[in-house]
Amino acid sequence: MRAQFVMSEIGVGLRRNLTMTFAVIISVALSLALFGGSLLMREQVSKMKGYWYDKANVTIYLCNKQDAQEASESNTKADGTPTQAAGVTTCLKGAVTADQKKQIETELKQMDLVKSVAYESADEAYKHYQEQYGHTALASSITPDQMQESFRVKLKNPEKYKVVTSAFAGRDGIHTVDDQRQAIDVLFKILNYVNIAALGIMLIMLIVALLLIVNTVRVSAFSRRRETGIMRLVGASSFYIQVPFIMEAAVAGLIGAVIACLMLVSGQYFVIDHGFELRTKIQIIDFMGWSSVIAKLPYVLFIGLLMPSVAAFLALRKYLKV
Amino acid sequence: MIRFDSVSKSYPKQNRPALRDVSLDIAKGEFVFLVGSSGSGKSTFLRLILREERASHGQVHVLGKDLAKLSNWKVPQMRRQLGTVFQDFRLLPNKTVAENVAFAQEVIGKPRGEIRKAVPQVLELVGLGGKEQRMPGELSGGEQQRVAIARAFVNRPALLIADEPTGNLDPQTSVGIMKLLDRINRTGTTVIMATHDQQIVDQMRKRVIELEQGRLVRDQSRGVYGYQH
Repeated sequence: MRAQFVMSEIGVGLRRNLTMTFAVIISVALSLALFGGSLLMREQVSKMKGYWYDKANVTIYLCNKQDAQEASESNTKADGTPTQAAGVTTCLKGAVTADQKKQIETELKQMDLVKSVAYESADEAYKHYQEQYGHTALASSITPDQMQESFRVKLKNPEKYKVVTSAFAGRDGIHTVDDQRQAIDVLFKILNYVNIAALGIMLIMLIVALLLIVNTVRVSAFSRRRETGIMRLVGASSFYIQVPFIMEAAVAGLIGAVIACLMLVSGQYFVIDHGFELRTKIQIIDFMGWSSVIAKLPYVLFIGLLMPSVAAFLALRKYLKV
Repeated sequence: MIRFDSVSKSYPKQNRPALRDVSLDIAKGEFVFLVGSSGSGKSTFLRLILREERASHGQVHVLGKDLAKLSNWKVPQMRRQLGTVFQDFRLLPNKTVAENVAFAQEVIGKPRGEIRKAVPQVLELVGLGGKEQRMPGELSGGEQQRVAIARAFVNRPALLIADEPTGNLDPQTSVGIMKLLDRINRTGTTVIMATHDQQIVDQMRKRVIELEQGRLVRDQSRGVYGYQH
């Protein structure tokens, strides 16, 4: 009896305020879609971070004969214009020697920070290069002599690459210390800003949604003041009087949340898996799967249900005398 | 049933209090007229009983409870034992007569079976048998007030409060309403009725309480309307 009565009251209320309800639904849907989207993006970014950081090495390139030659040549130039800065100051003492290599390797292995060290010979580097860029014109002109030997260093804590850089850069036999993370970090910074922007827009949409709900409740309470007045006089509990209003907001919020969920799901379906097929087009990025998307939906639904209800409840304290 | 203990009520931003030091007792089963010119404090008196307002000073006891000590969430429970009727009927225009009466029971969670039994019964009592499915707009003023009385009475309150129930009705119809209220009073329900209707008060010869500028100036059993205004 009670439930049926409440349900019919909600139906009447929602239809009476159809345009306002519509506005609430849309703004809730948009703000929650942004919320879910930014949650997903954060997960995607941290997933990419883990993946890329893991792949990214600190690479110590060693001097080869050509580097040494170039260094001595550029130093003999009289005008002193800085050519390749790294080439000028490093590799002056000739190509790396076996002793130097050994010294560098043992030192690397002694560092607490270092997880693993892999040596790549010039021949291996040449092979990798040919595998990756073999189809280009430049690749055919490159010989194994031109490739540098290198140490690929994996760190336990990739954030501390600078320690390695400062320890080895500029030493005899070392050409450059290259940290690949620096390049990746720029990308992540951009993604982070995008995410913050999305959260900002979400916040604004959320405020709009809340204001709309408060206004809807006010109109609703006003248009039903006759009913609520009678309810009060015959002794309906304040909870019983308020429930239809709160449920109205909750139902509108839930519809908005469901729409937001549909937007997220179809985003995954049409943009990543099918349609645009980002997953097959950009294979470097390991995109999230369905489980990540589905895991966010309960949060979206929960917030979509709870937030309008709380807003309505607070609005009622002001606009509905009980 | 009702006891006022030197009750005063002032509203904020008004220097003259609406009620000043009013003390009185109303026993169970009494029929009381509340008279006085507009602004004399009649409405405030009734609102204090309904606990729509709280007294500024003094104590109001209704049905054995000190309303000042009654917590907010217990107020609805207390109001279920009161019935209220107003000059403007306050019916829901989009509900039928039966639905209007049933509304008072639905919102306090009465079971459906009980409602189905009680509604025709009380409509019969107020003389509206057979008009259950009419809309309020199709009824005359007197009939609408009967619906309102049926709604106030359907939960069998111990106390019925009527604020100028005949204010919008012609004298003949008013007599009918008064007969109905009298009948309800005879079932043991206490009735408090605020009115400006001299004829009715003089005819009924019930207890009369008169307020003037917030003061209790007359409390007379089997009284008359009194001074001309």
